[in-house]
Amino acid sequence: MTTRSYAAAKRTLSSMDKLLDVNWGLVLLITLIACVGFAMQYSVAGGHFHPWAAPQMERFVFGVILLVVVALIDIRFWMNAAYPFYGVALLLLVATTIMGKVGGLGAQRWLELGPLQIQPSELMKISLVLALSRYLHGRAVEDVSHPLRLAIPLAMIGFPAVLVLMQPNLGTATILAADGASLLFLAGLSWWWILPTLGAGVAAVPIAWRFMHDYQKRRVLTFLNPASDALGAGWNISQAEIAVGSGGLAGKGFMRGTQSQLNFLPEKETDFIWTVLGEEFGFVGCIAVLLLFAAVIFYGVRIAMASRSQFGRLLAFGITLNFFFYIMINASMVMGLIPVVGIPMPLISYGGTAMLTVMFGFGLLMSVHVHRQVEIPRHSAGFL
Amino acid sequence: MPLFDRKDKSRYATFTRRTLMVSGGMTAVFGVIAGRLYQLQIREGSEFMTRAEANRVSQRLVAPLRGRILDRFGVELATNRRNYRVMIVAEQAAEGVDAAIDTIGKLIYLSDHQREKVKHDIAANKPFAPVPVAENLSWDEFARINLHLPYLPGVQPDVGETRAYPFNAQMSHILGYVASVSPEDIADDNDPLLELPGFRIGKRGIEKEFETQIRGKAGTSRVEVNAYGRVIRELGHDAGTPGADVYLTIDQQVQNFASQRLGDESAACVVMDAQSGDVLALVSTPGYDPNLFNAGITGTQWHALTGDDHKPLLNKAITGNYPPGSTFKTAMALAAVDNGMADFAVNCTGSMRLGDHTFYCDAWRIGGHGHVNLQRGIQVSCDIFFYEVARRLGIDKMVEAARAIGLGSSTGIELPGELGGLIPSRAWKLARFGVPWQQGETLINGIGQGYVLTTPVQLCMQAARIATGRAVVPRLVHEVGARLQPRPPPAPLPFSDKAFAMVREGMSMAVNQPGGTAYGWRITQPGLEMGGKTGTAQVRRISKEERATGVKGNSELPWNLREHALFIAFAPIESPRYVMSIVIEHGGARNEPQVQFARDIMLYVQQRDPLKLPNAYPVNAAQRPSFNPEARG
Repeated sequence: MTTRSYAAAKRTLSSMDKLLDVNWGLVLLITLIACVGFAMQYSVAGGHFHPWAAPQMERFVFGVILLVVVALIDIRFWMNAAYPFYGVALLLLVATTIMGKVGGLGAQRWLELGPLQIQPSELMKISLVLALSRYLHGRAVEDVSHPLRLAIPLAMIGFPAVLVLMQPNLGTATILAADGASLLFLAGLSWWWILPTLGAGVAAVPIAWRFMHDYQKRRVLTFLNPASDALGAGWNISQAEIAVGSGGLAGKGFMRGTQSQLNFLPEKETDFIWTVLGEEFGFVGCIAVLLLFAAVIFYGVRIAMASRSQFGRLLAFGITLNFFFYIMINASMVMGLIPVVGIPMPLISYGGTAMLTVMFGFGLLMSVHVHRQVEIPRHSAGFL
Repeated sequence: MPLFDRKDKSRYATFTRRTLMVSGGMTAVFGVIAGRLYQLQIREGSEFMTRAEANRVSQRLVAPLRGRILDRFGVELATNRRNYRVMIVAEQAAEGVDAAIDTIGKLIYLSDHQREKVKHDIAANKPFAPVPVAENLSWDEFARINLHLPYLPGVQPDVGETRAYPFNAQMSHILGYVASVSPEDIADDNDPLLELPGFRIGKRGIEKEFETQIRGKAGTSRVEVNAYGRVIRELGHDAGTPGADVYLTIDQQVQNFASQRLGDESAACVVMDAQSGDVLALVSTPGYDPNLFNAGITGTQWHALTGDDHKPLLNKAITGNYPPGSTFKTAMALAAVDNGMADFAVNCTGSMRLGDHTFYCDAWRIGGHGHVNLQRGIQVSCDIFFYEVARRLGIDKMVEAARAIGLGSSTGIELPGELGGLIPSRAWKLARFGVPWQQGETLINGIGQGYVLTTPVQLCMQAARIATGRAVVPRLVHEVGARLQPRPPPAPLPFSDKAFAMVREGMSMAVNQPGGTAYGWRITQPGLEMGGKTGTAQVRRISKEERATGVKGNSELPWNLREHALFIAFAPIESPRYVMSIVIEHGGARNEPQVQFARDIMLYVQQRDPLKLPNAYPVNAAQRPSFNPEARG
């Protein structure tokens, strides 16, 4: 068995083999979801491709190319590139904290690099998954829970998460923490760590409250009682709920959403695009898109389980979970289940960095799929 | 060291196990999201649908067109004028608001104050809200703006409606005016129209009295608005019900003539149809420009009106309380005839004594009027005769007669704020001063002095009642919204025909026979002669010393101490058709200016003869074929 595995690991695939092996069904699913996004961008612009749908389509086409290219690159390259990637993302994140452009709500999220405007926090989501997957690839189950061994991945998660939190961007920080925690869990972190941490987390809520920014506190309070700020922050939540609710079973029809067309919705082309979908296509439309998302996640989980390397498994599942957390947080926040944090709906919300990050992530997922037979020895990860 | 070992297998098993757990968790989260969708869209969907509609659709009130006020011939006395305005929409002004205002300023005059106000209003409003730059433009100015519109982005010409009173001060006391709604107005009227910005309601006169009918019913406009309140489109429109037109009995021409004749005097004059009580003119001078109140009166203008000693804001015709003076003698004469004094006569020596007090007649200086009977008593206005009449009648019968002729209570004319005057009685004196009635007061009362107070409209009604012998009441409004106002036929009065005939004869003699108090200013055109009675109301008491050294003439006194000059008249002498009353405040003078004015007005109204003109109430005459103005009394 070891010899066969070794042989398989040594086997090299031609680019053509890889291209044929790309899971085109998944690409089709992703394209379908992106098309829902284009339709929504077109609708909120009042029936115009400008200013949102057209650039979004260009980015998607670029994103698909990126996906395929990333998919064809050998998974071992990605494993080797994981730490440098993480390092670069971390540097950019530090740079953003120091000299980043102040975006909406006074948050430092953008970094201008010449003509490029990038959100290092988005890059960090992928980089963190890559780096953790590589680190955990080298750890046996019992090693994962070893206090000294555990300190390293915790630092890898904690450092960027704190930087992002300082921007301040609670949503992305939450996703980073959730991504990291999920990978540790999947790698076999002992319940002896998990359960006490959960307990401590619950106990820490009052302490965390004291360190939250005023606007974050306001969001939480407004979330708990939207009527308390019916014309301020609560207004956004109320209007979003009205939009979704008024869609009813079948929706008001494409481009017929009064809440979106008459500007009652905040940030309708980005974070609140889900409410436009809810208003114009109703319960049926939302459930359909939710099923598309579920199918993508199903593909992701299957790819993870089919990979013969721990790195591939963790990377594929990490990417899938990252995608899932986007959906969970965005859908929950625009429908009033959790406080509003600035997280877009993947593939549907307007936004360049998020689109490319997601597509890059799917490229990695696809690379895991294409190189699922590649076996990578545990020790090849090195000490780190 | 082998490439793969048991540890790899065990962590693969762990991974698979935990993958299933996480997948289960993800499924649960999707379930929660789907559940939330179900809750929002299916269970509470209709409620949210309602709220989305409430967001989208805004009901806006549309002010109905205010009813017009017209004279008997359909002349518009209060109407709605096109208000040509220029508005600016800040967000559409491509070259900026300042540049747009400067460009407008080159086409029409804009004061610095206006420019400042526009900038202030723009700052205070949403960028898409139209802000008025200039209002009440002439057609020329408006056309100039329209011509240059292609070069004026963001500038919108607009035609609104505003109240207009074409006759300015002349009609002010009849019409009143409209002005902005005050908090007190809202307190006792829950019409939502009052909350409309810029809405105007009637504050005085007919505008106030018939406010509910003239106002009309609000229309609604259902508009789709966006989150910022910008109107996207109109979904439905209901224009509401325009207010009712009010036809007055006024003849604008007579009103105009009377106003001009009274000129700058502080005076009041009422001209009526003797038979029906239809008021043809109701003048109180000076007046005010009601348009000022509609546009928004300035502090300076307001203080000029309130500070004027001629009281331009007061409608003296219905709220001016004046002692009737000798005009009151006509009422006393009626009572005298019916109380056995038809043939009564006195010898006037110029004064008479009652107790320890001496009462004088105007003619005391020349030794009195000599033999005076009832008609001559009216003709020469002999005080001694009427002192004697009053003494014999007693205060109770005098009160009865005065009330029967219509004095001492409001006439019920359709104007707000009418005062009733005062006919003093024993009970009134006791209640007012706590002392019983004195006989001396009876005598003073008998010549219309003392506590007696009347209004010009009462005096005119008195003239009509003497002229016709029936209980005529003044009426100012003919129809409201094509509905005729009730006009019961005048009831008979408790005086004999003989009494009326004798009083009319006396009044005719006063004007048309030498020695009569108004003889110098009689109407000489045959068939148009008038009968009348002068009156003078003292505003100060003449002391014994002054009488001894010589009573000061009115011309020697300051304006506000001079006597009020009164006159009541009917014409023509045979079958009177027109009656009038006139009061000139502090107008007492040897040349009796009030009689001169009355003569001119009576001559004018008879020569014009509005009651005979065929085209009264033109609009509704066409709708009611049976209506024939010729058939009217």
